[in-house]
Amino acid sequence: MIRMKNIRILIKNIRDGLKNIVRNFSLSLASISCITVTLLIVAVAIIGSLNVENFTNVIRDDFTIVVYIENDCDDKKENEIKGEIQDLSNIESIEYNSKKQIADDMKKESQIFDTIISSWSESENPLYDTYLVKVKDSDKISNSAKKIEKIDGVALVKYGEGMIESLLSIFDIIEKILIVIVVSLIIVTAFLIVNTIKITIFSRQEEIEIKRLVGASNFSIKQPFVIEGLFIGLIGSIIPVLVTIYGYSTLYEKTGGILFSKFIKLFEPFPFVFIISSVLIVIGVVVGMFGSSRAVRKYLKI
Amino acid sequence: MEFIRITDVEKTYPSGVTALYGLNLKIKKGDFTFIIGASGSGKSTLMKMLYREEKPTAGEIIIGGVNVAKLKNRKVYKLRRKLGVVFQDFKLLPKLTVYENVAFVLEMFGYDKNEVRVKTLKALDLVGLKEKVKSYPSELSGGEQQRVAIARAIVNAPKLVICDEPTGNLDPDTSLEIMKVLEVINNLGTTVIVVTHDRDIVNKMKKRVILLDKGRLKKDFEKGTYDKNEKH
Ligand SMILES: Nc1ncnc2c1ncn2[C@@H]1O[C@H](COP(=O)(O)OP(=O)(O)O)[C@@H](O)[C@H]1O
Ligand SMILES: [Mg+2]
Repeated sequence: MIRMKNIRILIKNIRDGLKNIVRNFSLSLASISCITVTLLIVAVAIIGSLNVENFTNVIRDDFTIVVYIENDCDDKKENEIKGEIQDLSNIESIEYNSKKQIADDMKKESQIFDTIISSWSESENPLYDTYLVKVKDSDKISNSAKKIEKIDGVALVKYGEGMIESLLSIFDIIEKILIVIVVSLIIVTAFLIVNTIKITIFSRQEEIEIKRLVGASNFSIKQPFVIEGLFIGLIGSIIPVLVTIYGYSTLYEKTGGILFSKFIKLFEPFPFVFIISSVLIVIGVVVGMFGSSRAVRKYLKI
Repeated sequence: MEFIRITDVEKTYPSGVTALYGLNLKIKKGDFTFIIGASGSGKSTLMKMLYREEKPTAGEIIIGGVNVAKLKNRKVYKLRRKLGVVFQDFKLLPKLTVYENVAFVLEMFGYDKNEVRVKTLKALDLVGLKEKVKSYPSELSGGEQQRVAIARAIVNAPKLVICDEPTGNLDPDTSLEIMKVLEVINNLGTTVIVVTHDRDIVNKMKKRVILLDKGRLKKDFEKGTYDKNEKH
């Protein structure tokens, strides 16, 4: 019986919440646009920051040490070197790339290379045989590289060196800045919503006063406003969700999932866009409800 | 059987103004009581303490066995559901029809549609407004608006109805009509307290009259008219 009553009250409050959005349409629209704009920026920031995170991981995965082997080493010696590298800790995999192979690959790359390289005889090939060594923990790559360099028969080792590391730290900074922007935007929006809804509530002070006089509890005064906030959040997230779903999948299609360089791979759009959309809806709804409940508090005697 | 017992009640507002001093008063169940007195004598303050809009600075206010003075703000709604309040300015919601102005109270409490309809129409019938259910407050006369407010006050069958100058905005004939409506409600067993300025009405109604003067209880006329020479 009591449950039945509560359900009826909830239904009535949902109806009232919707009615109020329509009734105070211009003010509701202000709140809704507020949420829409924020969520759009939040969407870009989240998608950007997650992809940066992704790039970072892709780059980390790609961390490879190129080990150049002295030209006077024979196959047996090369195998010994391979064994020594394998014995080191932090080694994920080793792949052999002969200088002939490298020359062939280069030939394919351009006409000029082709002409030059084709003129070399077997013994004239100035390139080195190489091992491409992947490490398990990219943070310890320089340590591993040093150890490999000391192995007898190794002419030279090369890896991303400073360049990739500084790229990573730049990505790290970008990510942190994006997080700060997202969080501050959400907070600013929440307070904008509080103030916008306060204006609508201001014109309904009398209604609240009358409700209190006839025996409305704080909860039952608050509920329609909070529900209104929920709907404002929901409506405000429609455009950002559509932009996320269609915008991101279009971007992915147009670029083939690769941005700027092959290092920067985008997430597959599905289910990525749905996860982002859910996050946007949750943020919109929570901000809307929080805003309304803060705004109405002033008119309650607690 | 006493329904309301006010003991040594004092009220000083935060501004420092003392509106009531050491007030003692008992009101029996089913009584009709007028509270009169000059402007600023503390009538509204007393009413506000009955429906717990204000708390007394000292003393006890017992209504139906509950000390309202001790009631926590968030529990006040429980008291308000058991009483009805009527004001000089009607306090109707302009965007709602007559019917909705009364029905929303019950809807807020979660009554089902049918119960809401039956009770609302019964209350509007009692105040003689059954024909105007679809009108908006702006389409009604002052007296009719006040009757809507009375219907709203009684729709949940309260034990007590408190009216603060319900006829303050109305002409004498309409005022008397309103008092007659309140008398009907009283005859149905509800305790009614009416604050008023209107001597004629008080004299015509022959009810208990309590006179406040500068925050003190000056006279308590048990029945009928009060002393015509009394200045207030
Ligand atoms: N909220 C308030 N804050 C400060 N003083 C008040 C307040 N309400 C009433 N008063 C003062 O208390 C006294 C009694 O007021 P009130 O109860 O409204 O009298 P009445 O209703 O008899 O005209 C007056 O002096 C008034 O100025
Ligand atoms: Mg007054």
